[in-house]
Amino acid sequence: MNFVALKMLTGDRAKYLGLVFTIAFCTFLLENQTSIFAGILKRTGSQISDVTDAEIWVMDAKTEYFEQTKAMKDTDLNRVRGVEGVQWAVKLFKGSPVARTLDGKFAVSICLGLDDATLTGAPRKMLLGSWERLREPDAVVIDQAGYVLLFPGEPLQLDRIVELNDHKAIIVGISDASAPFVSFPVIHTRYSQAVSFVGRERTQLSYVLVQPQPGADAEEVCRRIEAQTGLRARTSDQFRWDCIRYYLKNTGIPVNFGITITIALIVGVVVAGQTFYIFTIENLKQFGALKAIGVTNWRIIGMILLQALTVGVIGFSLGSGLCATFFAITLNNLPTRGLVLMWENVIGTGVAILFVVAIASLLSIRRVLVLEPAAVFRG
Amino acid sequence: MLSDIAVQCRGVQKAFGNGGGKVLALRGVDLDVSYGAMTLLVGPSGCGKTTLLSVIAGLLNTTGGEVTVLGEQIERLPGSQQILFRRKNLGFLFQEYNLLPALTAAENGALPLLAAGVSRRNAIKEAKRLLDALGMGDRADALPKQLSGGQQQRVALARALIHKPSLLVCDEPTAALDADTGHVVMELLAAEAVRPERAVLVVTHDNRIFGFADTIARMDDGRIVNVESDLRNGNHAALAAD
Repeated sequence: MNFVALKMLTGDRAKYLGLVFTIAFCTFLLENQTSIFAGILKRTGSQISDVTDAEIWVMDAKTEYFEQTKAMKDTDLNRVRGVEGVQWAVKLFKGSPVARTLDGKFAVSICLGLDDATLTGAPRKMLLGSWERLREPDAVVIDQAGYVLLFPGEPLQLDRIVELNDHKAIIVGISDASAPFVSFPVIHTRYSQAVSFVGRERTQLSYVLVQPQPGADAEEVCRRIEAQTGLRARTSDQFRWDCIRYYLKNTGIPVNFGITITIALIVGVVVAGQTFYIFTIENLKQFGALKAIGVTNWRIIGMILLQALTVGVIGFSLGSGLCATFFAITLNNLPTRGLVLMWENVIGTGVAILFVVAIASLLSIRRVLVLEPAAVFRG
Repeated sequence: MLSDIAVQCRGVQKAFGNGGGKVLALRGVDLDVSYGAMTLLVGPSGCGKTTLLSVIAGLLNTTGGEVTVLGEQIERLPGSQQILFRRKNLGFLFQEYNLLPALTAAENGALPLLAAGVSRRNAIKEAKRLLDALGMGDRADALPKQLSGGQQQRVALARALIHKPSLLVCDEPTAALDADTGHVVMELLAAEAVRPERAVLVVTHDNRIFGFADTIARMDDGRIVNVESDLRNGNHAALAAD
């Protein structure tokens, strides 16, 4: 009887296509919005992810996320170095100087000052130039999106001059840094250079980057650092999640995306449910005839579930394909770089669509189950 | 003799609703339907014909009396057994055909075999053979919307007969057809459906088809008021040849 169920489903083209496109639309919206949401939250930890040299970030005890820095004392670096399990520790500065081109175009930037001796945390993915040139006087590496923001429409070119808080800086490299949460240029330079860009304050040490000794457990080393220095120490992974949690808790982003996702679910359930229900109601006489000739309720439930599942699978595949196409198109755009269709979102959406078709078919199943087969004799 | 009787109703009652809103549709029906004959159940609208047909087909339960169909009291069977009994022993012909619009004539005709678990290929092959016998061989792949009313009723007849039921119940089979088409359908019904091992029970108020009956049972106000038997001596083959 399976082919009967499928023929009944596809026999009414308008309703069949309506159901498929409703599910596809719902799938697209859910996958698209949840992936963008996850991608944007992931951006809150982009600068943490880009540092691949060190596993541990040490910061002021009250620091909650990457953007929120309170300078530590220079002596804190040595205190961290003295903790058992620490192989090495270097300093990292984070500031926000204004970058300005000679044409007057300007933007607030994220400036990361790397340890002068080791250049730990330097961008490893370079599009042009070399991060080793950061050792040169006034040298900075800027990310591609920042370069395009400051020099719109111009080709990537080294040795161009920008001013950082009125201090001359020379672009010696263009990196492919991960997109930050806000679209500021990401500038890497030496620690001593960064401090001079931002202006001297009593303390400048934003972060200490730590590499645990081989074989040492990073989380255990973090606990020791916190216990011995009173500073906050987090593994890179923990710190990334701290940032995500902070933005989830303190911004309207989840509410905004949550509303869209909820609307997508409601539209999916209501429209798919209603269309499927109408489809069943219009076939009620036929279902009654099937019951009269001896088709069991279980067989009819199976037929309805098969119809719902078929619509769900086709709609979900279509919607996922559309969403994958969307992200394939936007992946190489600078403003949307890094936003991808995540497999977790595909699975989550699949579960949601299963819920949508389950609700849609339950209403129909109930209607058919309470149908008396004798109804077919009533003209 | 009970062995000649396919359906036996004794004092059958059926009420709808409760309390003050209670309506008695059947008020003690006594009726015998014989094998090898076409029995017409006739009477004015609302007299209880369709209710009695539903009770005999096991689609409605009685509120009193006894109904024995093919030697079984269907009401006493568990729900799943009732369905199996209907699937195996009963054929249905509806007023509005109730064909599935998305299925071809052959697929519609094959439905009872498909429901019984026969493979799609074999079921459709058998349906095509039967449609051919009913003069519909060249329309086996047509959808119901591509068929006339008479053709659709012939497809419905194929669906009703394909599993060789012992009792065929027909609800106003000519009501949606013009006189000529209705006559053709009744000729086919008489020629193809009535068999010594099968009883045919037809509910109708179309007096143009009374000539096809072996027995006519008249109903009024929920009771059988008159039964005329041996009207055609079971000679339907001769009738079809006329």
